[in-house]
Order: sequence, then structure tokens, then C-alpha cells
Amino acid sequence: MSDTAILVKLTEILRDIFDNYSLVVTLETTALDVPGWDSIAQINLLTAVEAEYGIEFSAREMDQLLNIGDLVSAVARHTRR
Amino acid sequence: MAATTLPWLTELPDLAERISAAKKSAPDFLELSMLANTRLSFLRTDQLATLLKRQFPVPPANGLVAEPIRMAILGSSTTKNLHAGIKAAALRRRMYVDIYEPDFGQYWNDLLNSGSPLYEFQPNVVLFTFDARYLTRGFDVTQDRAAAAAELKEVLVHLEACWARAREAFDALVLQQTVLPIFSELLGQNEHLLAGSKAHVVRTINSAIPERARAAGVSLVAVDAFATRGGVGAWHSEAFWHQAKQEIANSATPLYGDLVMRLVAARYGRSAKCMVLDLDNTLWGGVIGDDGLEGIRLGQGSAEGEAFAAFQSYAKALSGCGIILAVCSKNDEANALAPFERHPDMVLRRADIACFVANWDDKATNIRLIAKTLNIGLDSLVFVDDNPFERNLLRRELPMVITPEIPEDPGLVAQWLADAGFFETIAITAEDKQRTAQYQANATRASLAASVTDMDSYLASLQMRLVCRPFDEVGLPRIAQLINKSNQFNLTTRRYGEDNLHAVIADPNAVGLQLRLIDKFGDNGMIAVLILKRSGESAVIDTWLMSCRVLKRRVEEASLALLVQEARKFGSRRILGQYRPTEKKVMVAGHYTALGFSPLTERRDNEGIWYQLTLDGYTAPDLPMNIELAAGAAETTGP
Repeated sequence: MSDTAILVKLTEILRDIFDNYSLVVTLETTALDVPGWDSIAQINLLTAVEAEYGIEFSAREMDQLLNIGDLVSAVARHTRR
Repeated sequence: MAATTLPWLTELPDLAERISAAKKSAPDFLELSMLANTRLSFLRTDQLATLLKRQFPVPPANGLVAEPIRMAILGSSTTKNLHAGIKAAALRRRMYVDIYEPDFGQYWNDLLNSGSPLYEFQPNVVLFTFDARYLTRGFDVTQDRAAAAAELKEVLVHLEACWARAREAFDALVLQQTVLPIFSELLGQNEHLLAGSKAHVVRTINSAIPERARAAGVSLVAVDAFATRGGVGAWHSEAFWHQAKQEIANSATPLYGDLVMRLVAARYGRSAKCMVLDLDNTLWGGVIGDDGLEGIRLGQGSAEGEAFAAFQSYAKALSGCGIILAVCSKNDEANALAPFERHPDMVLRRADIACFVANWDDKATNIRLIAKTLNIGLDSLVFVDDNPFERNLLRRELPMVITPEIPEDPGLVAQWLADAGFFETIAITAEDKQRTAQYQANATRASLAASVTDMDSYLASLQMRLVCRPFDEVGLPRIAQLINKSNQFNLTTRRYGEDNLHAVIADPNAVGLQLRLIDKFGDNGMIAVLILKRSGESAVIDTWLMSCRVLKRRVEEASLALLVQEARKFGSRRILGQYRPTEKKVMVAGHYTALGFSPLTERRDNEGIWYQLTLDGYTAPDLPMNIELAAGAAETTGP
């Protein structure tokens, strides 16, 4: 799966989670850029992404997610294995 | 993660679009409830809960099946992530939940301090959810048996103190989540040799809780049982624990919420009471009408046949727990009955089925008939059918009937239905028991009625006693209530206040009778009220009403016998009855003619239709009940 396809899917999930259908994110977007992206939303996001791709992140991976690009890479790593 | 999904709910392909559409529409509680009745992921659950909160910040005025729930979640770690699952599960049941939770780790302070926000909230449901690390924090693998036993006692005493406090302070339904078995064994299979091992201790606590919970009237959210079957990994993620101190992983919260709400729903009498079973490819493999008795796959001889027999055993065990079984099949009745009567490997027998309907009508019609026959609501039926067409038809025609999805493998059906928890019960106290006893007696009567074909022998088997008492002070409030409430079986629909009824008691030319029906299943309470007035040589039935619960039990005939007795005391020659029609009481239109009255053609006025019965020719019929005459109870006690 291409990074672009992953980003499209993540955007969809983020829009559902933040209930904001005009939300646009880039690989550089961080939690600070999106209103409402607190620690609970972060866990919700990761749960939804895990369910979408049938994967599980490790605690270390979770710690290293600093922006959307990191999340895209993490998904790519799991799904290309 | 399959172990924590809700597979018995239907999958809605356009769920996301439907949620978006609901978002843009006017608030519609029933539409949201319908959406909640689908196989929700965590994300959709969260979305739906958000939408509900926005559109219904307060409980909807219409559409709820129980009072709004105020639930306090008292836990030891993060429980915010449980809210959406609970709210969606409530929505699924057309219930509404407000949730309160104390600040992190403050549950005990809140419970002890009657000035706390918890007391202000006044919950009617209290859910205790303690994470495994918290409950076992006093255990240590170096402890000896005595120290571990002392610690165990302390933990259990604390749980009981929490329950007692919640009960005393709020008179709430108390729920205790069992401990999630998240710990790894330290040395291996003989972990019980290490008295303080946490893996061992969790098992010990979980086995000690049920007996205490039963004694305290506390119901269990038994996550340990689910985790044991589906794997604890579906419930708990170490990564999320370390990240956010969430013991129950988000992905498990839709199921967790459902486990909680089925207990709450059971508390409000919303559990299902009857399982309606299809036959072909549900109770046996194959089609009885085509394959014949020898051709269907059931019992010994094939793995599939064994699986069907095992499912029948599950149904039979449910009936042993008081769940009513019914059959709804598209078949010729003789074909449908054949296996029940003649197949050696049938586990279910005809006598296990309270209502057996096999014909070629559509299933919605037949299921309505079943509910009516058993005298239970459509929403207390679970319809089990292997055929997706029939399931979809029923969901469309009768959405209130619970129609679960069914796995194709018959060997999986029992566990699947068990996981869905349609027949959930709660730990009940003596008072709860009293409240439900009357209903259960009704259900038993209904199932008995359906299992015997000869109505008279059925009625005789009920050992009915009809207790007749003149109006008295003790009975007046209930008499007035019936007089002012009864619409269906009420010949004249005259409404009287207690003052009018006092006048009846005082009037020598009038008599009021209150009837109570008792049978072997219990006391039905006051079920009929009669007022007879003397008017010249006639006795006029001013009021005749009866509770529909006791229809078809020949109480009408017994009532007439009592009226005749009173009329004879008046010295009357005939009894006059009057039927004042309204839309709601068509059911009594034929009442007087059925009892042998003849219409009075000379008296037809806008007061309805009059009937008469001459007393000379009347003899009371043989009735399947004892009629007991009692004196009215005086207002004051004593001799």
C-alpha cells in the first residue's frame, strides 16, 4: 500500500474522530495543529488505525509518533511485512 | 480482535454514510437506536456516542423503554474510554445513560463523603471497575500463604464495603467488573504454589467474588469469562496501558458497554424471555419436507448432525432456566412435528415447545401469533433462523423482535447466542423477586396454556380460586383505579371517584363486588369489579369490568353467577346489562349474548345496547374454579 493511500485513509479516520469533515492533514501535521487532539484522541486514533489495518503498535512505536508522517511510516512498516 | 466484536448484530455496509446523514438531520432517537443495533467498531461507537451527546444532551421525551440511567463508574484507572461503548449499548436498547466518574483514583473518597459530587449525582447504577494491578497491589510473590490469605481477605472486605456503601447511599443497581487476567505466570503451570503470585491471585479473587456478590445482590460484569474464551489480548493491550492507563482496550469497549447495559436492561425487565426457533437447518440439517425423517442430519452419524443435537441441548438447557421455547417454521405441521415425535436423536421434544407454529404463512404473521399466544411482548422474543431472507424480512416487519445474525456452522450457534447475552439475568434481592414473580407466573400460565390443547383441563389444572368481596374501605383505592383506568373489558366505562363508591357501599339498593383470582402460580390481584343496582323488578348491571390478564379463564361466567346471586337477594326477576360501545372495547361487544342474555329490542337509546337475562331459567354452570365469598373488611381493625 502506498504512503498516499495510507494518508488518504488516515485523513478519513481523523475526520471521523474529530468530527471535522473539512480537516486536511499532511505528513508534517502534528497533534498541536488539530483542535481537540489530546491524549484520549491519540489513543482513539491509534485504536482505529490498528482496527483498520489489523495491526498492533508497540509501546515504543507509540512513543515515536511525532507527526502524521511517522504514523504513515509505522502503518507502512506493519502492512508491508 | 474478533473476540470483542458484536457478531450477532447486522453489518450495515453504509453505516458511515448513515451516521453522516443522521448528523445533518433533525435529531431522531429511533434512527440513532437503529444505527446502534449494527456491528459497530470502536470508531463508529465513538462517533455515534458523540452524535447522541450533541443531538440529545438530555434524555429524549419519547422512545425510551426505561427511566434514564444515571451511572457512576467507580474505578481505579482510566475509564473515560468506557463511556462511548456504554452509551451506544444503551442506545441499542432504547435507553439513555448519563455517566459520572470521580477524579482519577478518588472513588473511595467520593463514596465516603456524602458531600461529594457523587452524592449530588445520585446514581441509580454504580459500576465498580478495578484494574488488576490495583486490586493485587498488596500481593507479592515472596509472601507466604498466611500473608497472601490476609491480603486476599482485605481485598474482598474492601469490595464488600464498596458494594454496601453504594447500596445504602443510593439504592442503586450495583455492578462489579471481575478482574481481567492480565498477568503472566512467573514459574509456570503450578503457579498456585506461589501464594502471592499475581496470576494466581487474580484467579483466586475472581473465584471468591461470585458467592459474595450473590449474597450482596451485586451483578457481575464477567470480563474474565469472555477473556478466557477469546483471549485476554483482545481486551487488554500493554502498549495502551502504558500509554494511557486504560486497562480495557478501546477496541473491547463496544462489547464491554454491551455487557454492562445488558445487566442494566435486565434490571428493568428488558431481557428476552422466549427463543423462537426455525426448524430446517436450524434444529437439524436438511429439509424435513424433502429429506424425510431418515434424510435429515441430526445426532449420531455425522459431525454436523452432532452439532445440531448440541444446539438443541443448549436450547433445552435454556428452557430449564425458564426461557420459553417456541417454533416458527414454514412446513406442513405434520412434517414439522415428525422429528419431535419420532426421531430418536431429537433432544427437544414437543413438550419443550410452548408454542408450535408450522404453516406456510409469512414468519412475521406467525411470530405475532406466537407473542400473542404466549402473552408476551414482541420485544422479548429472540428469533433464531439460519435463513438470511427470513431474518431480513423479520427485521423489516417486526424490528422490535431480536433477530440476531447466525453463523453458518451449526456448531457455533450456541456460543454465539450465549455471547450475545439476550437472556441476561441479574442478582436479585427478595424485593426484586416479589416484583417479577407475578410476571413469571403469567408466562408460565401462558406456556402451560399453549402446551395443553384441552382448555378445560388446563383451567382445572390451574387450581383457581375466585375470591369475591363486597366493596370495602381496604379495596376502594384499587377499585377506583380499575374503574378509572379500564378501557377494554369494561361494558359501560363509567368513571367513579371514591366518593361515588362510598355511596354504593351505603346504598341498600346497590351492591359492589370486588373479585380476586388466585391460582397455583400466584395471586393475580383484584381482576374484576361489578356494581349491581336494584331498579323495580330488575337488577341493572351498572359496571362490569375485568382485567384482560384473566380473559378466557371463565371468570365472566363466574361473575355472572355472583351477580345472579345478588340479584336474587334483591328479589329481582331479571338482570339488565348494558353495552356502551367505544372504539377500544370491541372485544366485549358479544359479551352478554355469549352469556345467554337476549337483546332488549324495546329499549334502545343513546346509552348503548341493553340485554336481559331472566333469573327463573338461570342455573350456574360448572366452573373450573372455587368461588369463595368473603365479608368486606371494615375500615377499622379489631372485632
